[in-house]
Amino acid sequence: MFRFIVRRVVITIPTLILISMVVFAIIQLPPGDFLTTYAAELASTGTSVDAMMLENLREQYGLGQPIYVQYWKWVRNILTRGDFGRSFEWQKPVTEVIWGRLGLTVIVASASVLLTWVIGLPIGIISAAKQYSVADYAATFLGFLGLAVPEFLLALVLMVGAFLLFNQSVVGLFSPEFVEAPWSLARVLDLLKHIWIPMVIVGLRNTAVLVRVVRANLLDELRKPYVITARAKGLSEPKVLLRYPIRTALIPSVGTAGWNLPDIISGTMIVAVVLGLPTTGPLLLRSLTSQDMFLAGAFILLISVLTVIGTLISDILLAWLDPRIRLQYYG
Amino acid sequence: MKDDKVEGATMTNDRNGAGRQLIESELEEIEKEARVFVASQWQLMWWKFRRHKLAVICGVLILLVYLVAIFAEFLAPYPTDAVFSQYTYAPPQRLHLFDHSQGLRFEPFVYDYTVEVDPEALRREFTVDETSKIRVGFFVEGEPYKLAGLIPASRHLVGSLDPEKPMFLLGADRLGRDLLSRLIYGTRISVSIGLLGVFLSLLLGILLGGISGYYGGWIDNLIQRGIEFTRSLPTIPLWLGLAAALPEEWSALQVYFAITVILSLVGWTSLARAIRGRFLALRAEDFVLAAKLDGSSEFRIIVRHMLPAFMSHVIASITLAIPFMIIAETSLSFLGVGLRPPIVSWGTLLRAAQNVRAVATAPWLLIPAIPVIVAVLALNYLGDGLRDAADPYN
Repeated sequence: MFRFIVRRVVITIPTLILISMVVFAIIQLPPGDFLTTYAAELASTGTSVDAMMLENLREQYGLGQPIYVQYWKWVRNILTRGDFGRSFEWQKPVTEVIWGRLGLTVIVASASVLLTWVIGLPIGIISAAKQYSVADYAATFLGFLGLAVPEFLLALVLMVGAFLLFNQSVVGLFSPEFVEAPWSLARVLDLLKHIWIPMVIVGLRNTAVLVRVVRANLLDELRKPYVITARAKGLSEPKVLLRYPIRTALIPSVGTAGWNLPDIISGTMIVAVVLGLPTTGPLLLRSLTSQDMFLAGAFILLISVLTVIGTLISDILLAWLDPRIRLQYYG
Repeated sequence: MKDDKVEGATMTNDRNGAGRQLIESELEEIEKEARVFVASQWQLMWWKFRRHKLAVICGVLILLVYLVAIFAEFLAPYPTDAVFSQYTYAPPQRLHLFDHSQGLRFEPFVYDYTVEVDPEALRREFTVDETSKIRVGFFVEGEPYKLAGLIPASRHLVGSLDPEKPMFLLGADRLGRDLLSRLIYGTRISVSIGLLGVFLSLLLGILLGGISGYYGGWIDNLIQRGIEFTRSLPTIPLWLGLAAALPEEWSALQVYFAITVILSLVGWTSLARAIRGRFLALRAEDFVLAAKLDGSSEFRIIVRHMLPAFMSHVIASITLAIPFMIIAETSLSFLGVGLRPPIVSWGTLLRAAQNVRAVATAPWLLIPAIPVIVAVLALNYLGDGLRDAADPYN
């Protein structure tokens, strides 16, 4: 197991390097560098441009130097000082802008993952155990619907519905009085009151996927002879189900849990934009449209890294559950 | 089958008419089986697909959607940029086919509105005026266009016969443009971007997946790592980043193609995986070995022997990849980083519904959500049916 974890972690490193390169390429895509934009901005508002400071910044980010030098400086600043560059729109270092939002993104995403499992697993099991029952058909239909409705549409319909029917706003993660408040028990409770809407919206698609996967795998397992043996021995039906087939059928779902993470993060961002959540989504969108590239780059980088780490964890979990996977890495 | 035969045998021993009948039905059965043995793979697929009723219905539905896309100019009453500034946020009018006022006659019409301007909100208030009718005709003369881009014509399927009064079967938007017309034109962009994107993904997928599966070894390893890498990235932030980096001064057409390329950059991975899997499975088949021993070139083996064997699977995968593209385009355009006006797509139309207050006054702005859901659902069912049918020997 230890050897597996080490190998799996080592494989992750080139992925992370590649991600940083892709993100850096995105940062570099818009024409001009951010300092020119920054200087132009300062000049247009009438602030005198401090040539000395600009020169310092130019040196710090290696602007004007070959691209690989710029890349290296960018990576080095992140690794050694946690410095992601400067957001010229907010006039602050990027790090000051993003941490809070990133935290809330992680909370919403993990809550959605949790919801997916809490809802999807029992539905999948029931629809396999009672194949072709009304519940099964309902689950299948809901599953297809979950696949077909884009998250932003669901958010939109829910928002409009709440507005028209209850004249209530479902926008945001906090009530107005808690938006700027420091963390407290009351604020957490307020968060819980609001978080379920994005949770449900983001979770629906992956719940649909989970139900389908669990159902298909469990149906395969239920046809195997050992299940018949268990029944013949007189085990009660719930016991027959829980003892072996479910455990075996779960393995592929656990394996894909990590694969779903990019989807969940993507979904969270879109829903956040529609519902105006104080997570990374709206800010990333804004930084991209105003070409605040260091901020945008930091977001994309951190979210991708989080996704990769999430996948890593779920892979380790999978290996812990399934010895066959562990053995693959010894070969 | 076995039981049938035993039963048939005892019956013939009894030498009665029923026995002869059974033999005949048995012969029929054998004939049917013989038909199955000589049928081509496509024939078998079609037989199996036909049994999946829902998939067939969805296939017809998808065909209709693409017909709408092709004949958009004919079906849409107005061009996308026709602005009726007197009719901002005009509500949908119901199309009445028969006029009951003087006996029952086939005389399609819609009721006119009376318009009042709310002095406080400075908004037009529309109420249906049942006393005034606007006659509606089929195949009416309208804006000239080129049907499917080729045949010059000027007839439209439906249209108001009164040149002074436009009609809005699905309502009007913020600027007073007919939503139905825009929805029809939007269909063309949204479904074609799905097709084009999948085509590009397919090229990449066949090339890389094929190389990966056919040659194996280090190159397979490299491509597999590449796929894993692409799939580990959260798509939306990546798309957003790439799409936002498109230069502002690009024309609508350039943006359209750029968005398609961006979508397929991520979409190719699933197709490549499917193709690689088939290649790996087929490579070990006897007929490939036979062809190799026969001295066929690699190109011939792939194109002549392997391609037909997995084409059906590829088609099923394509059908399942299109809805993914449609959702992606719609989401990006909705967020404002995909297609931009004046291009009309389902996504750009839904962007008008982003504002809750706008939707509260004009709920019909949400109508473009319906074709998105219907198309995606239908393509999913169709793809499922095709995938089941792709393995006719099963």
